[in-house]
Amino acid sequence: MDTGFIIEKFILVAVIFGISLVIAMYSTYAERKVAAYLQDRLGPDRAGPFGILQPLADGLKMFMKEEIIPTTSSKWLFIAGPGLALLCACIGTAVIPWGSPVLIAGKVIPLQVSDINVGVLYIFGVVSLGVYGVMIGGWASNNKYSLLSAIRAASQNISYEIAMGLSIIALLLMTNTLSLKEIVVQQHGFKWNVWYQPLGFIIFLVCSFAETNRAPFDLPECETELIGGYHTEYSSMKLGFYLFAEYINMFVSSAVMATLYFGGYNYPGMDWIAAHWGPTWAPLFGTAILFGKIFFFIFFFMWVRWTIPRFRYDQLMNLGWKGLIPLAIANIIITGVVIAIIEKF
Amino acid sequence: MSTQVFYFVATLSIIFSLMVIFAKNPIHSVLYLILTFFTFTVHYVLLNAQFLAVVNFIVYMGAIMVLFLFVLMLLNLNNETEPSKSPLIKIVGVIAGGCLMVTLIGSLKATTISSPLILKNPGLGLVENLGKELFGPFLLPFELSSLLLLAAMVGAVLLSKRDEVEA
Repeated sequence: MDTGFIIEKFILVAVIFGISLVIAMYSTYAERKVAAYLQDRLGPDRAGPFGILQPLADGLKMFMKEEIIPTTSSKWLFIAGPGLALLCACIGTAVIPWGSPVLIAGKVIPLQVSDINVGVLYIFGVVSLGVYGVMIGGWASNNKYSLLSAIRAASQNISYEIAMGLSIIALLLMTNTLSLKEIVVQQHGFKWNVWYQPLGFIIFLVCSFAETNRAPFDLPECETELIGGYHTEYSSMKLGFYLFAEYINMFVSSAVMATLYFGGYNYPGMDWIAAHWGPTWAPLFGTAILFGKIFFFIFFFMWVRWTIPRFRYDQLMNLGWKGLIPLAIANIIITGVVIAIIEKF
Repeated sequence: MSTQVFYFVATLSIIFSLMVIFAKNPIHSVLYLILTFFTFTVHYVLLNAQFLAVVNFIVYMGAIMVLFLFVLMLLNLNNETEPSKSPLIKIVGVIAGGCLMVTLIGSLKATTISSPLILKNPGLGLVENLGKELFGPFLLPFELSSLLLLAAMVGAVLLSKRDEVEA
């Protein structure tokens, strides 16, 4: 491993990390603006022009608040909870291809931190790990509402992970690879997977709402039943970490959806752009397109949150086990049969 | 490089597994067990068995351990609720533990220091090759084990449904 390689990857990791944090920050602002628009209000408009400094003010507020660790909590786990939540949210970005290789200063640099050949499974593993932050934090608070919320989060995540995994299997039957880079390359131009796997995409979308604990699946923080949910006892930046982790999760799952089903950095007419804009600007334009898709999905998350009311717990479980899982299995069978027929004739 | 990483991770595995036993709080035990499984994942990566590594990560760390934690949190075990054990059980425990120790020492004596591990086929752990092995020469055992899992699942459903019928 030469030093240049390490420096290159280090810069890439730092840039992606910075972008994730900034997007998570401005997602809080966007969420308020979207909510305001849907409810016919103005939203935050005091800090700076159009209120764009609001996230900074919020962040400062979080840092300045008093840090309280309940005396009856298990201290180390109480601190580890939010840290784990944020860590699990951030490491998912490592395998996502952010763009096709770009030529910078005479060197071709791949815009992906690591192209492991089990990339899809890695994402899946990170998602399944994400629940520990909530569970440990909820248990360590030593508060019955936090504990109930943590248990809800765990059972919800496990239930929806199954349907999510099954929906991915149908996709993998088509792509024949687990590497996210190859999956994106296969979707060149407008051959996006969503045209071939519409049902799989809808299942994946619903499951990612459940995995990120977003409305209408935000039962772990259902304030009418559980006060504040798993972070009832948290204050200051530790609470901020939990809220932040949710927005980073949203960003990562938007990026995964864009990559798996909506062609990643591919767009119609990309060959023409590649031929005319050269090897530096064309890939960067592709990256911009990818971020456009990601922003659309983040907006979609918010749109749904302010439109649909929260599920009841039994409705959530029925939808997961009796609705999505049989649908996902049917999707696998149909995909398998169609592929077999196409290969025969 | 790889050998040093192995020794480091192996030490961590042993420390974490010991902590599983020595931790007073059952929740802490489970958390140490999760860390132990994480070090196993690293071992698989070192052996170039990426698929196994990631499956270990998803299934053991991500699913089974979450269920363990889930059940323990619901039970809320602590020192007061732990039943006091009768002397007979303690004696039985000592005898069983002693037998296990004798067996372990006996088997350790028979081992010799292994030669450095050289993988005959370094690519075996990759998804494609593993799939070809599983669905080729090992098709029957693979399908039989999935049947076993199905039987366990049906059994679990049956156990939970039986009360409803009787009531």
